[in-house]
Amino acid sequence: MPITRRRLLAAGGGLALAGATAAACGSNTGRGGGGSGGGLSHWYHQYGEAGTEQAVRRYAAAYKKTRVSVQWRPGNYDQQTAAALLSGSGPDVFEVNGPTLDQILGGQVVDLTDLVKDVKDDFQQSVLAPKTHGGRIWGIPQTVDAQFLYYRKSLLDKAGVRPPRSLDELVDAARRLTDRRIKGLFLGNDGGAGVLGATPLYAAGLSPVTADGKVGFDDPAAARALAKIRRLYEDKSLLLGAPADWSDPSAFVQGLTAMQWSGLWALPQITKALGDDVGVLPFPADGPAGKPAVPVGAYAAAVSARSDRKEEAKEYVRWLWVEQTRYQEDFALSYGLHLPARISLARKADRLRRGPAAEASRYAAEHGHADPLLWTVASKVAYQDALSRIIKDGADPEGQLKAVVRTTEAELARVRKRS
Amino acid sequence: MPPAVLRSPKPKATRRQRNRTLWFWVFVGPFAVGLALFTYVPLGWSVVLSFFDAHNTVTPRDFAGLGNYRRILSDPEFRSSLTTFAVFSAIIVPATFALSLALALAVNRLRWAQAFFRSVFFLPTACSYVVAALVWKMSIFNGVRFGLANTVLGWFGAEPVAWLATTHPPWYWLVIGTVRLWLQTGFYMILFLAGLQRIPVRLYEAAALDGARPGWQTFRYITFPALRATSVAVALLLVINAFQAFDEFFNLLSDARGYPPYARPPLVYLYYTALGQGQDLGLGSAGAVVLALVIAVVTVVQARWSGLGRKEE
Repeated sequence: MPITRRRLLAAGGGLALAGATAAACGSNTGRGGGGSGGGLSHWYHQYGEAGTEQAVRRYAAAYKKTRVSVQWRPGNYDQQTAAALLSGSGPDVFEVNGPTLDQILGGQVVDLTDLVKDVKDDFQQSVLAPKTHGGRIWGIPQTVDAQFLYYRKSLLDKAGVRPPRSLDELVDAARRLTDRRIKGLFLGNDGGAGVLGATPLYAAGLSPVTADGKVGFDDPAAARALAKIRRLYEDKSLLLGAPADWSDPSAFVQGLTAMQWSGLWALPQITKALGDDVGVLPFPADGPAGKPAVPVGAYAAAVSARSDRKEEAKEYVRWLWVEQTRYQEDFALSYGLHLPARISLARKADRLRRGPAAEASRYAAEHGHADPLLWTVASKVAYQDALSRIIKDGADPEGQLKAVVRTTEAELARVRKRS
Repeated sequence: MPPAVLRSPKPKATRRQRNRTLWFWVFVGPFAVGLALFTYVPLGWSVVLSFFDAHNTVTPRDFAGLGNYRRILSDPEFRSSLTTFAVFSAIIVPATFALSLALALAVNRLRWAQAFFRSVFFLPTACSYVVAALVWKMSIFNGVRFGLANTVLGWFGAEPVAWLATTHPPWYWLVIGTVRLWLQTGFYMILFLAGLQRIPVRLYEAAALDGARPGWQTFRYITFPALRATSVAVALLLVINAFQAFDEFFNLLSDARGYPPYARPPLVYLYYTALGQGQDLGLGSAGAVVLALVIAVVTVVQARWSGLGRKEE
């Protein structure tokens, strides 16, 4: 059958109509203009713990003032949100592992100070501080994630090794616990460069950036601590190339390693598999000025400055992450294990009162540190690269750190100029 | 001839011509619009961004002149990514070239089940780089004792090797190289097969009459020269692909916390600079322009050197 222009146009029109109908039915992004009505769009990254997605959808459904559509996003969430914030098609509300200083300075997130002004002191200050810039709060911490050193009590007893209280003891313990079938320690498949981050600096009594905005690791103690992480690699005490990385306790519960660095969220899975044959420790101190270190961080609820419903979004965030304490408690304690961001909720949480969870909670309160806001992405990447070279290539720690000091100074100067 | 007779077929021809134009735009238009919207506009915008301080914005206001170019060219990490990839190309291009040519010659000589073997070698091309990278990373080359490669090593009493985490020796190149070879060799084999099937049989017959021995001599003096056009195109595509490598590197070596400083291709570096949390879109764009220029120069030099487009002798 010959195709005439009229027939072609009719077919094209039909296709366009079908497309528009499909879009109206199936592409509800929660934003205005769609066939199913407007509403707020709320993005979460994909949590590993079962039940979390259903829980956040339940919270959103319970909000009566406006419809909230939850997007559960797998993959590189931080990259996805960073890209989405550049356009108007992103979320209204989103959780963010930040926001970063550049996101704040770039005007990509909304000031949320007034939402928490009455309860500010009830938030864990270690995680609220990195959400604060210029005296304003740019994200509301949802829950606190902390990282610890898990160890198998029975394996340490068998090897005659005591739970390590210093970095030297950790190096020694890992070496003595290593044999043909099992490695002493798992710090992630990259040997610890990614997950440890600034933790060894804190363990040496230093910090990446000081409270007054200066480089905090231009000190021989930093190089000394990092050289000991290299020692772990040289001794072949580190598990490398495990099928699941450090955030998953599989290597630990499957007996591939005697000690593993992982998050508090993994504790329920670990105790389910190993019962009470597990202990938990902070990253051990190094040197005379050193102290134990527990990295803490918090995903925060933030409002996109590109949203055309900023006030509604703020109202919803206030409702969920400031007023609804029972949801906050449920979110922190019912799926995996996290520390509630609110001190009052953490104090009354039964799950944090016994066993390793109680110890972990105490360690986080006593030794918790979060990366400062001034420790920018560029500084972190330069530091992680240096740490990787020190650990895997045996590069000179002092020389590597000098280069990172220069990068960090340049970054501090840049953000000071933008502020 | 009367003018009426001359004019009469003209309207018919014009309508056909108009129809042709319409069909041309029906078929080409959507692609042209897509190309303009998703390739040329972003390309142009990227060049504009490269002259601005564009942190966390695609509509910057602070003009930076050549500042981003100075920064990217003085950045040792970017330079190292270019150097690493020059070395990678120097290894992977000849390796893929030789393997795909060898496979094409082998398959071409088969008297039975040729279609089967052609399909077997071509099938990996249909596999996504991401999936293949994950299979390589999690089951063949994982670092624990029950990984496939380590199980085989274990039969000979060797210790498990952390393939992706060991930099001395750099075993990660073995993983990256094998996955790339597995994925792309089949495609280039098909190109060579097409080239081989275009060589006239009479050439071989004439060579045989002149006393050429089958095997290396025939390949050296008949087959390889006759494949010149295909070989040049394959080499060119391989070089461009090598410089554009991203998927398997990213999926084999990155984790939630970032990417190690070794085996970092330029595109992964630019991805983290521009689209990662750093969001330095000005610097990333300057890097993209520099990389595009490098690829263009390498391609032109290679094309000139190999005589691409030169008339077949």
